[in-house]
Amino acid sequence: MNASILTLITFLPVAGAGIVTLLPKRLLPAFTLLFTLFIFLLTLHLPAHFDTARHGFQFACNLPWITTPAIHYHVGIDGLSLWLVVLVGFLAPLGVLISWRVIDHHQREFYSLFLLQQTAMFGIFVSLDLMLYYAFWELSLIPITLLIGIFGRKNGRAAAIKFFLYAFIPSALLLVAILWLYAKTGTFDFVLLQSQMHALATGTNATGLWLASLAFLLAFAVKVPIFPLHAWLADGISEAPTAIAMILAGKLGLYSLLRFHVGLFPDQAAHIAPLMVALSVIGILYGSLLALVQTDLKRLAAYATLGALSFCVLGIYAFTAASMDGAVYQILSESVSAGAFFMLLGILYERYATYDMAQLGGIAKKLPGLATLFVITALSLIGLPILNGFVGEFMILSGSFQTHPRLASTATLGVILSAAYMLWMLQRVFYGAPSKLIADGMQADINGRERFALWPTVALMLVMGIASVYWMRAIDATVPAFAPRCAPASITTRISNYARMTNLR
Amino acid sequence: MTAVFPALRILPEILLTLTGVLVMVTEPLLSAKISRKPLGVLALLGTLAAIAASAWQLHLPAGTAFFNTVQTDAFSVFFHLLIGGILLVTLLVSLNYFEGHSTYIGEFYALLLFSAVGMMLMTSAIELLMVFLGLEISSISTYILAGYRKRSAISAEASIKYFLLGSFATAFFLYGVALCFGATGSTNIYSIAAGVASSSSPLLLVLALGMMLIGLGFKVSAAPFHVWTPDVYEGAPAPIVGFMSTAPKAAAFAVLLRITYTGFGTMSHIWIPLLWIMAVASMTIGNLGALTQRNVKRMLAYSSIAHAGYLLVAFTAFSADGLAAACFYTAAYAAMNVGAFAIISYLSGYDERRVHLQDYAGLAKRHPLASAAMAIFLLSLIGIPFTAGFFGKFYVFTVAMHSGRWILVAIGLLNSGLAAFYYLRFLSQIYMQPYDATQDISEAPAQPAFVLGIAILVAAVFVLGIIPNRVLHLARASAATYFPGTGSNVAVHARPTPLR
Repeated sequence: MNASILTLITFLPVAGAGIVTLLPKRLLPAFTLLFTLFIFLLTLHLPAHFDTARHGFQFACNLPWITTPAIHYHVGIDGLSLWLVVLVGFLAPLGVLISWRVIDHHQREFYSLFLLQQTAMFGIFVSLDLMLYYAFWELSLIPITLLIGIFGRKNGRAAAIKFFLYAFIPSALLLVAILWLYAKTGTFDFVLLQSQMHALATGTNATGLWLASLAFLLAFAVKVPIFPLHAWLADGISEAPTAIAMILAGKLGLYSLLRFHVGLFPDQAAHIAPLMVALSVIGILYGSLLALVQTDLKRLAAYATLGALSFCVLGIYAFTAASMDGAVYQILSESVSAGAFFMLLGILYERYATYDMAQLGGIAKKLPGLATLFVITALSLIGLPILNGFVGEFMILSGSFQTHPRLASTATLGVILSAAYMLWMLQRVFYGAPSKLIADGMQADINGRERFALWPTVALMLVMGIASVYWMRAIDATVPAFAPRCAPASITTRISNYARMTNLR
Repeated sequence: MTAVFPALRILPEILLTLTGVLVMVTEPLLSAKISRKPLGVLALLGTLAAIAASAWQLHLPAGTAFFNTVQTDAFSVFFHLLIGGILLVTLLVSLNYFEGHSTYIGEFYALLLFSAVGMMLMTSAIELLMVFLGLEISSISTYILAGYRKRSAISAEASIKYFLLGSFATAFFLYGVALCFGATGSTNIYSIAAGVASSSSPLLLVLALGMMLIGLGFKVSAAPFHVWTPDVYEGAPAPIVGFMSTAPKAAAFAVLLRITYTGFGTMSHIWIPLLWIMAVASMTIGNLGALTQRNVKRMLAYSSIAHAGYLLVAFTAFSADGLAAACFYTAAYAAMNVGAFAIISYLSGYDERRVHLQDYAGLAKRHPLASAAMAIFLLSLIGIPFTAGFFGKFYVFTVAMHSGRWILVAIGLLNSGLAAFYYLRFLSQIYMQPYDATQDISEAPAQPAFVLGIAILVAAVFVLGIIPNRVLHLARASAATYFPGTGSNVAVHARPTPLR
């Protein structure tokens, strides 16, 4: 069971997609919901049996797949990928719930592509063979592009193609770099590669290694996205259907940065870290400032996402134990909170068919239930203590302050700005006098299905805010080891970081 | 080595020729009113027999026959199987194509069979004159096939263009053979190899090589010898385009492999740069050209130029792996390209009703299965993982990287990113646009033979993409038997797994 659980989780959604093409239309949402819930339960097997004391990859499975070039089917997870796999499992049923009524055409295509996308995501997080990883990485593009294109808003097609090209062209360079590594070492295996990297970094290979690390970095930075490669994000998110907006940005790129850029090229990553830190701080401020002036709720959410993701990048490249732990935690909590936020936006759109803030106002009087959830989610995104957003942000900022005090202090402005745009948005949309659209429309408050999606999510925000130790145990056992050796050794010992204050170990 | 009866060395060719003759003889005996489908079934049976015969040839000891003109080895068997497979699928998908439109259906099957005979001969020939014979047999048949929609002006134009430029290119090839004979005193590949190694007149050899490269470059539609491709593909009937964009190319690539790797192996410093340039030009011109096309057949024509470029990348590796990668890519390309043209031929029918991009708007709604198959072929052409196109490209670029051609690899992969755009535009036209019900076209329901053909191709795309080991094994076996792996000029790499 332990050796095949990851394979089962990864490929079950494809099987589900196959079943979806055969089922009658009216059963599709219910079936997909039950199916994704079942997969989510399966993913819970992982944290239940994960051994935080053990080093290396767990639940691993390594089989030869293609003889030449030597490609293995090698999957496994460690503390970094453990919770990300669970996260993918958690978000999928929510995506189905929120699409239940919105997707009223091409349902078969929607649900099968949605499940296919889930397989690709699982595959990315569990693959330990670069080739297998790359296959899933590329594969994830197709369902997402099609979902944006077919089910997006009116400019969905353009946004889909923009997303695809932005992601695909850097991926080509990523493949060049992977092939170069293979040509030099004769293996695609992540674990083997990691042990050979040091020997590789000699003589004439130095330039090649640098170029390879840049190719890796570029491909992942686009996917996160990191400023200034974010041009696809606002269009992608604002055009995508809710279920896709929830999973579009962030975790894939951030995970890959940590695992494959920092993990495979520690020396190069250490050298380029100051640049990445600077870019992430720019991203935080730029995203927050742009979010401040948006009139479209979804575009506001998109720029807020850019800011939040830049925090994660800052945490990763500050290279302290606290900031890196915090970054990984922030990936999880941002995905949950932003997921909830996009769901709420979707619910709002279902009611009033607009994201335009100018037309909305005073909703709290009409739909108090929705307003409550909105406020909690917004506070979590701002980073209010006892909610999940606070933990990661605090660890990132306190950790990165040790290595980059000036930039970290600047990044703190982002926290203030995020409070500004979120609270201003709440005030304009939910409070004050009802706008004409709201006053005239008779819309029901959130219904049972929506509650079923949102209340667990909101509860999770609270639990993640209070009992972060539960998640942090696995993360802290793995992630700080990713920090490059050549970074000042004293840093990790010197700081009294949050993780250790709470006696995580 | 036990002696093998010479005719067994060309058994597939003999079987196909006999079937072709039988089709020709039977055709006039049938009443003019009845359907020509039985002839198609006959052709199919002959093709199946030829494929079985090729597979059986694997058990023969590798060797030559007919005064050292043909040689059966794993390499020739690989291409025989490939060409046989393409022929089989083409016959399946075109079984109903001409129904009710043409009175020359019998000849159509015979011509397809004969052209396959020519291509098969090309792949097993080790004597350049034999290659020339095969080239002529196959070309003349395809010239006629390109103009098979006789009443259509653009089909006739395609045929004439193909014929004029094709015979010109063949002449180049023949001239190259003559010069080669002048320089080395032989037209046998192995004697040429010996002659090249000890030659005192390199200029003559370079000229000969250049002439042959031009001739074959035309046949594989590699830039800068590609200009005929869009016009011919646009005019020729769609199922024929599927055939002639893959099978003759496979044969010509096989010849190119024999000539460059074996015959001129010691002159690799001359032809590697030439093929390098051709590869870059083909990829770039093909993809840039395809970007601006609104006619899907022209678009796929440019895409086939680009794919010829990817294949040439494998050539430049000049290693056993390079040869295996080239073989594999030819097969992968055949599966997806024949498939794409088959779907087009089904959707647009004999009178080519759907040739523009906008004709495909929202077709997924009306033809969900045909659209799904088209999506698979297009995704494979883009090079999406778990399809033949992805692994083919991946293998090609891996071996090129191994030989240190990383600039070429970078150009190639960026090109494949560029290419994604126009395939995706086609795909988005099918899936993301609203269906225009006003220009409703009623198609005949897909026939079982057609469905079977498409099913084979879809299966091939996935098998080559997910479990390619068996085909890889055959490709590597063909590289092993044919490639002079012991030669000092060969880049042998330290590999994690043994080569053989």
